[in-house]
Amino acid sequence: MSSDTPALPVVKRRIPASVMRRFIGQHLTEVVSSLVAVALAIFFTIESPNFFTSANALVLSQFIAPFAIFALAEVPVLILGEIDLSVGQMYIVSPFFVTYWNHAGVPVLASVVLALLVCCGLGLINGLVSVSLRVPSFIATLGMAFALRGIILIYSHGAPTNPIGSGTLVNILGGWPWSEAFWALGIAAVMHVMLRGTTFGLHIVAVGGNTESARESGIRVDYIKIWCFVLCALLGGLMGIVDGYHLGSLDPATDGLTFMFYGVTSAVIGGTALTGGRGTMVGACIGACVLGMIKNGFLILGTSSFALDLVTGLTILVAMILNVQIELATSKRGSRGSFGQVVSVIFTIFVQRRKGRVRS
Amino acid sequence: MTPNGGTNEPAGVEDVLRTEHISMSFGPVIALRSVNLHLRRGEVLGLVGDNGAGKSTLVKILTGLHRPDGGRIYLEGEEVKFRSVRDARQHGIETVFQNLALVGELSVYHNLFLNREYTRGGWFRFLGNRVMRAAARQFLDEIGVNIPSVDTPVAELSGGQRQAIAVARAVRQENIKVLLLDEPLAAMGAKETSLIIGLINSLSKKANVSIIVIDHNYTHLFEICDRINVIQHGQVTVDKSLSEIKLEELIEFMVQTFRGSGKTLVD
Repeated sequence: MSSDTPALPVVKRRIPASVMRRFIGQHLTEVVSSLVAVALAIFFTIESPNFFTSANALVLSQFIAPFAIFALAEVPVLILGEIDLSVGQMYIVSPFFVTYWNHAGVPVLASVVLALLVCCGLGLINGLVSVSLRVPSFIATLGMAFALRGIILIYSHGAPTNPIGSGTLVNILGGWPWSEAFWALGIAAVMHVMLRGTTFGLHIVAVGGNTESARESGIRVDYIKIWCFVLCALLGGLMGIVDGYHLGSLDPATDGLTFMFYGVTSAVIGGTALTGGRGTMVGACIGACVLGMIKNGFLILGTSSFALDLVTGLTILVAMILNVQIELATSKRGSRGSFGQVVSVIFTIFVQRRKGRVRS
Repeated sequence: MTPNGGTNEPAGVEDVLRTEHISMSFGPVIALRSVNLHLRRGEVLGLVGDNGAGKSTLVKILTGLHRPDGGRIYLEGEEVKFRSVRDARQHGIETVFQNLALVGELSVYHNLFLNREYTRGGWFRFLGNRVMRAAARQFLDEIGVNIPSVDTPVAELSGGQRQAIAVARAVRQENIKVLLLDEPLAAMGAKETSLIIGLINSLSKKANVSIIVIDHNYTHLFEICDRINVIQHGQVTVDKSLSEIKLEELIEFMVQTFRGSGKTLVD
């Protein structure tokens, strides 16, 4: 080894500015999304005195937390280039599993664990159908979503019920007003470490980025995919139980697909690529914040519930157009979008003028 | 091996790798009919053949990616069956694939260590990024691969740099016995080509690594190889050491067979 020869001094300590530039370059979507989030916060604070208050912080957290957990559940699956449409229905179904086991004579805590295991099993089915039977995950999980909806409507006869149990356990699970927020933060931390700090997370990105390369490197692609579906179902189920205890009632007719799409939207706003290979947990949380603030903010402003969906849809569109176009305009690779071209032309003119002024 | 010094199998004794009657079909398509080849210790073997002759399929079988329909593989005299890429790697077989098997989204050092990460924390397998980063930088400096930063995502590197990373990943392994290179010099600049050729030469001479190279550029092959095998229609049809064949003859032969005149090298 020639490590004591002048090889070492060549390796310069990089200056923080370049580290910063690289970070922003690689996480541009996340950075832009957090700017959008800040802009929204400022907008709603100016428009309504009730937005930036401690009372609304709690309400806001209850908007953001479910979106965040759905987004966190979807991110690994989306990075793989797959999608799980059944996670929202898993959310509807899981508290009913708790009720089922409890009625069968199992204590509440054990019922919760059993319900989560059932969710894992359903996630395993999702994974096996899409990986081993080669059904595209979009269809495989859509089938699962409808099947779950059917099962729960048959089981409950379509009648809403109340979640089982009371006391400390229920408070931790979702009864306490802030518990959802803490669940979301905890899950975000665990998922972030999983994705960025473990071989499993690295292999998820590898499989999503280039499946063939991952396979040639000896990564067990099928195994990684199936585990991500299991993880997604588990988090969906957990969220269902937490939110069930939070709301205090269970409605089997709730549409899980809408919840799932909030999760996917949050993830995509936060920089996860629907085509796979890219995505962060932090970005998913930022996306959830953007989506939660849009919902909560326009409600506070007194937007009618009919107009709320319109406003939400348009805001998502504008946020994503900005995000995609700014990324295209600044990235070195790939072609530029039309909006990006306009931005870059304006930018070039601006820079040239300034240079001209400096010279004269 | 037999007690009397293996005199009854003269061709096989010092072979690191030997295949016997390897065959493989994809549905109705026969990729490999019956491949017999052998590779001596420290030897560089060049594999040539038309597109679709079965070269890449052979490489994928030797890497553990495909399982052959029939035939046997011997590694240092013992029969081996590779169940997975990991299995083949544990036997000391490393591969640089035609598509390089790099993940563009991941950094240089994550690609260098892909599926062989340095980990801590037992079952959780936390990544030891700092260790990997330092080791990657030191190794690339040592073998003379010039990369601005090991944190750069591979997608941002040039084609030649990527190729160098893929080769570096294979030769980094300490237990390496056989190195398979599937078109290692495609898309390389002159500088990188000489780097890789130098790397291949020093590996086979110093580290006693045996190498199989697939390349369409016969000039390159004649620079690095000791022996040339021609694969046609899923079989090895020509096996000549460099002393037995000239570059012009090989080119003439390949052109003739391409035109379908049916001329053979054995006069």
